[in-house]
Amino acid sequence: MAEQTMVATKHPVRRPAVHEWLRVKKKFPHLWCPGCGIGIVLGGTIRALESLGYSKDEVVMVAGIGCTGRIPVYVDCNTLHTTHGRALSFATGVKLARPDLKVMTFMGDGDALAIGGNHFIHAARRNIDITAIIVNNAIYGMTGGQCSPTTPLGKRATTAVYGSVEPPFDTCELAKSAGASFVARSTVYHVKHVEQMIRMALEHKGFSVVEIISNCHTYYGRINMEGGAVEMVKAMREKSIMVSETMDYEKARATGKPYVIGVLHRDTERPEYCELYEQMMQEAIGRK
Amino acid sequence: MAKVLQEATKMTQVQKMVKKALTGNEAAAYAMRQINPDVVAAYPITPATEIVQIYSSYVADGLVNTEFVAVESEHSAMSATVGACAAGGRAMTATSSQGLALMWEMLYIAAGLRLPIVMPVTNRALSAPINIHGDHSDTMGARDAGWIHIFSENSQEVYDNIIQAIRIAEHKDVLLPVMVTMDGFIISHAMEVVEVAPDELVSKFVGIYKPDRYLLDIDNPMTMGGLDFTDYYFEHRRSLAEPMFHAKEHILAVASEFEREFGRKYGLFEEYRMDNAEYAIVVLGSTAGTAKVAVDELREQGVKAGMIKVRIFRPFPYDEIAHAVSECRAAAVLDRSDGLAGRGGPVFGEVRSAICDMEKKPVTMNYVYGLGGRDINVEMIKSVYKDLQRAVATGERALVNYLGVRD
Ligand SMILES: Cc1ncc(C[n+]2csc(CCOP(=O)(O)OP(=O)(O)O)c2C)c(N)n1
Ligand code: SF4
Repeated sequence: MAEQTMVATKHPVRRPAVHEWLRVKKKFPHLWCPGCGIGIVLGGTIRALESLGYSKDEVVMVAGIGCTGRIPVYVDCNTLHTTHGRALSFATGVKLARPDLKVMTFMGDGDALAIGGNHFIHAARRNIDITAIIVNNAIYGMTGGQCSPTTPLGKRATTAVYGSVEPPFDTCELAKSAGASFVARSTVYHVKHVEQMIRMALEHKGFSVVEIISNCHTYYGRINMEGGAVEMVKAMREKSIMVSETMDYEKARATGKPYVIGVLHRDTERPEYCELYEQMMQEAIGRK
Repeated sequence: MAKVLQEATKMTQVQKMVKKALTGNEAAAYAMRQINPDVVAAYPITPATEIVQIYSSYVADGLVNTEFVAVESEHSAMSATVGACAAGGRAMTATSSQGLALMWEMLYIAAGLRLPIVMPVTNRALSAPINIHGDHSDTMGARDAGWIHIFSENSQEVYDNIIQAIRIAEHKDVLLPVMVTMDGFIISHAMEVVEVAPDELVSKFVGIYKPDRYLLDIDNPMTMGGLDFTDYYFEHRRSLAEPMFHAKEHILAVASEFEREFGRKYGLFEEYRMDNAEYAIVVLGSTAGTAKVAVDELREQGVKAGMIKVRIFRPFPYDEIAHAVSECRAAAVLDRSDGLAGRGGPVFGEVRSAICDMEKKPVTMNYVYGLGGRDINVEMIKSVYKDLQRAVATGERALVNYLGVRD
């Protein structure tokens, strides 16, 4: 008995960081399907925040509606649950009122690019210091597998039973061209990479976007006969190519692999919106 | 002889009906397939998603001639529907809750342009906090948007009301958009036996939509929704109230034709055991089914209970309802949405306004219940009748009450 206690104090079992950040007692069990990739994104987010030394009080998580939008429900920091598509608008308000806080949004591809597409491009245009995590499972998960603006051409959904005829968005290209100053992509297969990309996005000042390719095996996988969670996540390894010193973005794209992952765009010169706003205010006061 | 013949035709019609097990959403999609509109534009939202999802598979399988547009939000869904209807097409969509709220701008435009759009709405609570279950807050928020509102008690009524709504909306003296509602989950997701008519009967009944004026009429080019300042805006809005006032007669005319063809009877509202009723409640939607059980049980115990189920909420049947409750000693209105700053819920306001000029009027009470899908049961409804009896006996009553809420 004594020996055991000794062992325990010698090697204190450290609860993983995620436990400190989760509303385990209040909100669990979560509603995600077993094997859903969204959990990887939640874990990566918490580990990234923890490794950067953020306390729970310094972080605001804003969500729209969707399976992805459930992420902040389970996190014990400042969380704001809004309407479908509007997370970034609410987050813009939060950030302007409290520029000192770290503001993050969590959106699915429908939330960010369909109903909320307008807010997405305008947040990017302003380059406001918000980290937008977009979980792209190429379908509307929460409402039962309807096609989304990222459903690949020809892929099936409950509202596209013979395949989608609409060309999809490339989330990262869209973010980049609208003005986001940090753009990265990862997949839920690349667990450590997810964490790394989120960490880099959090460190960046300006609008940072991390698109994380995820599996909705319950709808997308089933309808497109791409297997269960394991098969879909495994396939992400084959379908991905990581940018590196020897493999730049263009070269990676030229390989034809669907998912070019890594930091795809970074601009540290573009002025950040809250700072510009503050500067303008000071100038106006000075002029008086 | 003529009567016998009539009965015989009625029999054959009714025999042609087929019984199917359908949820409210499925019944709505089934009716839409038989109506076969030119355009359906939609965005998914729980608990209405299935209506358009099922419909999109009808489109994909070539069962209808509809153009289906999977738009990027409800704002776009109603915009595209308005566009299609303005261009002379028969256009439909379906939604719920936040989706209806996001259509706000376009709801008024659809009515203002006199476009006969028919939209099933699966009633659901509004955020915040977020809730996906049924209450009437969403469509009540649109009560003054210039739409006709038809409530349904079950899947059968959803089916029947959607078919009738087409005829009502497109009548040249009405030309107003119509929403046909059903309670989220309670009706939308519960499977019931629904008698459906053969496709030919429905297409014959709804007919071919031939608008008098539309945008793509190259011989008679026109503009819609142009600028209208202090000069004419008022007159145009006033002229919008006119067809709404008269819609009642057309609603009843369509109902009697429907009864002839389909064998089921509809009015502006349904009276349940209202003969010699002393205590009445007024309800909308699925709660009417529960209330009927309460009424039956009370009647067995000798309480003269009755119920009124409002089918047409807009245009509200003021005089008819006033007449229906005129002999009652007390009447309670059950509202599945709250007026918050108002005196009780929206239905209460209408019923009070209906009876206000009557010389002898029942004592009235309001019960706000079932918000966010909170259950309502027979016992709760019976407690309302008990309150009414007490109010009459002792003169004690609270005007606005919350039924089934924890303090
Ligand atoms: C205004 C409005 N319209 C529709 C909905 C219904 N709705 C909830 S989540 C969702 C889409 C979810 O898909 P996505 O954003 O890709 O997230 P996922 O569930 O796949 O993570 C929809 C259409 C809503 N809540 N509000
Ligand atoms: S429906 Fe799809 S996205 Fe939603 S929890 Fe299940 S697997 Fe994940």
